[in-house]
Amino acid sequence: MLYMRLKKVLYWGMGCLLMLLASLTQAGEAEFIAHEQALIKAEFEQKEQIMAAWYAADTQQAVDLMELMLASQLYYHKKEKRLYKVIDASTGAVADRLIDGEPVTITKKRDFKRVSINNYLRTLFLQDIAKAGLTAAEPEQRIAAAEAIVGNTDPDLMATVAGLRAQETNADVQLAFELVLAVANLQSADASQQLAAIETLGDSLQPAALNALKEFLASNPESDLAPIANKAVDSINGKIDFYNGVETLYFGLSLGSVLVLAGIGLAITFGVMGVINMAHGELIMIGAYTTYVIQLLMPNHIGWSLLVAVPAAFVVSGLVGILLERGVIRFLYGRPLETLLATFGISLILQQAVRSIFSPLNRSVETPSWMSGLIEINPLLSLTQSRMYIIVFCLLIFFLLLAIMKRTRLGLQVRAVSQNRNMARAMGVRSEWVDALTFGLGSGVAGIAGVALSQLTNVGPNMGQAYIIDSFMVVVFGGVGNLWGTLVAGLSLGVANKLLEPWAGAVLAKILVLIFIILFIQKRPRGLFPQRGRAAED
Amino acid sequence: MIRLLDQDRGGKWLIGSLLLAIVLVPILNSLPESSSLHIPTYSISLLGKYLTLALLAVAVDLVWGYLGILTLGHAAFFALGGYAMGMYLMRQIGDRGVYGNPDLPDFMVFLNWQELPWFWHGFDQFWLAVIMVMLVPGILAFVFGFLAFRSRVSGVYLSIITQAMTFALMLAFYRNEMGFGGNNGLTDFKDILGFSLQSDQTKIGLFIASAIALILGYLLCRAITTSRAGRAVVAVRDGESRARFMGYRVENIKLWVFTFSAVLAGVAGALYVPQVGIINPNEFSPINSIEVVVWVAVGGRATLYGAVLGAILINYAKSYFTVELPDIWLFALGGLFVLVTLLLPRGVTGLLKRKEVE
Repeated sequence: MLYMRLKKVLYWGMGCLLMLLASLTQAGEAEFIAHEQALIKAEFEQKEQIMAAWYAADTQQAVDLMELMLASQLYYHKKEKRLYKVIDASTGAVADRLIDGEPVTITKKRDFKRVSINNYLRTLFLQDIAKAGLTAAEPEQRIAAAEAIVGNTDPDLMATVAGLRAQETNADVQLAFELVLAVANLQSADASQQLAAIETLGDSLQPAALNALKEFLASNPESDLAPIANKAVDSINGKIDFYNGVETLYFGLSLGSVLVLAGIGLAITFGVMGVINMAHGELIMIGAYTTYVIQLLMPNHIGWSLLVAVPAAFVVSGLVGILLERGVIRFLYGRPLETLLATFGISLILQQAVRSIFSPLNRSVETPSWMSGLIEINPLLSLTQSRMYIIVFCLLIFFLLLAIMKRTRLGLQVRAVSQNRNMARAMGVRSEWVDALTFGLGSGVAGIAGVALSQLTNVGPNMGQAYIIDSFMVVVFGGVGNLWGTLVAGLSLGVANKLLEPWAGAVLAKILVLIFIILFIQKRPRGLFPQRGRAAED
Repeated sequence: MIRLLDQDRGGKWLIGSLLLAIVLVPILNSLPESSSLHIPTYSISLLGKYLTLALLAVAVDLVWGYLGILTLGHAAFFALGGYAMGMYLMRQIGDRGVYGNPDLPDFMVFLNWQELPWFWHGFDQFWLAVIMVMLVPGILAFVFGFLAFRSRVSGVYLSIITQAMTFALMLAFYRNEMGFGGNNGLTDFKDILGFSLQSDQTKIGLFIASAIALILGYLLCRAITTSRAGRAVVAVRDGESRARFMGYRVENIKLWVFTFSAVLAGVAGALYVPQVGIINPNEFSPINSIEVVVWVAVGGRATLYGAVLGAILINYAKSYFTVELPDIWLFALGGLFVLVTLLLPRGVTGLLKRKEVE
């Protein structure tokens, strides 16, 4: 644990190394050479003093060198008497000369000798590095340094930490320092200090705090403080459970958002228009492939390509949808089962078309850098950013659609036609036009869903089929003709799926959800939020 | 039997040609290979496969054509029947498997299972397998139908939940933990009732069994549709509420026809498996069920013999296209879906009938 974190600090330090060496000033160079020569000649006992002096003169430089020594990468050239950074000490490998950063190819392995250290120096260096980190300029560096020394009980170091804690102004850094002190105090002989430490640790969310408490309990099971420590452990475990729950909920919501996105276009074509469109999944697929093509067209602007892909996918899928409606579906209104068959045929054609054009293999769409990453809420809970975007995007699309359906002229006409076609026509609504536009809208939204899905799964000819059943389930579960129902149904099915997953496994969870829906439809054939009134009678 | 086919010209033709095939096929097979009339055993197995699929189509036509329920899950019953037969065939392998374990099928040895799961017991007995072939799909259809029809789920909703059912079953059978061979399913069969599945005689026997099953299945369906109950079935299709108000127990009628149809599909699956030599979860995939519906649609709904015709025609086309022009097949099948629904609402047989009237 400790070692891992140290390594993190080490790597960070090494990154800075070359940069710093490059900026060696003339004056600094003379100083560097003086220290360098001393270090090369030194025995183990002298190295401590030399490095202490170096540390006092140029902390960062000394820390970098200590890190190299800890990683067994600091060598010197026996004839040149110069220090080198050597990762691979074999003939032919490249070594970096520290004084000027010059890469040098190793011609004779024997010329290079490692600057060796013993365990005593090792501990010493680690503490020096930690001290340097604790006083670093950036709060993140200070926190990382503090995390690296958790579990250390060295009184000198602790005194330093305590002193720094008093001066510290950043709240997060304060917490990190307190954790270090508390873990150390837990080992102290003073009961009141131990009690305070347990209280501090009980409030902390760091895994190290829990470990420290558990170790304390394991080594002092009879202590008077054991019940208190137990309580603290319970409290931490409770928090861990809580945050795990939050994480599951988050995963569930993001899965649910995917379901809503996939289903919402269907909620319009199936829910409002009553068209069973089995090619809905393929419209999603077309959206995903549009994203892929756009990335091919603008390979240098992956970050922007996604933003371009959203309207592009809407247009492409929407046009395909309108074509579908004008070419096939309009002849089959009022014959839902035939529509189902015909659109299924179309889905097969679209799949094969994609296979012929792009190849049957899956295509991967790149995720732009602004979408990846973690949002760290606290040590126990970090949320993936891409899921967050999916959730937000889903809600955005949902409310946009809701606004279109409820607030625009097209929405009004769509609802009028779906409720009573003849009456709407009598009022001057061009029902055929409305049909085509509505179907185009639903299909376009499916295309947008495809853009979102391209970020989550592979883009392939079969991806549509994977979502068609889910989409129908969401729409039917929510209640046909009800956008809100689709939202609630999608999100709750997503959450239910993720809640079941830990103890049932992903596949079984999905099966259970399907069985649940089948049974639910028996009980309430019109879904969660059935349409009421005359429009519902058919 | 004659009376059943009284008004059924298509049926007469169908049964006549099936009987003819039963007699002719073994004779033609026994001709020397150089003869132009010789039918290779390979083709006989293929024909037998078509006949089992035709039986499945008849089962679907009974439900869709006469009862008006567009089932998108009938392949599930077919596959369940197939699995029951596959389990029997699996047990017949005995110690001839790759691992040579006399008690456990290969895939269980592979998964490190120590003993046979409880539901595999007894499947070494042919009679039990036969009962299960009919019982398992029957019970599933009964329970499913009981729930669905009682709460009056109908139309598209019913179609979608039948599809969800077969999808759920597919996911379930893909799991290794289910004990049905997971992804790979059941395969590598050796013999049936002591006859080697590789021998020509067995293959011909299976073909004849399929033909007889199709004849019997056809006659049973015909008996149902021409009986008084059958007219009630049509009444339910054409005016469910009206039939209900006239005192018919609509739910019961639907339930029994649906269950019977599932049993028929199960039998078809059981005959299918030994002829193709494998059963795997892919058989549950929703597209299979939809394909069956298209066979029926192409042949002509509510004629029964149309379903047989459609199934054989399309499957022959499929065998041909997937070998010769694999890229074209899905285009052709998809186009067929669209054209038939748009232009041929009564299928090929409808087209023939219209000619007759003219």
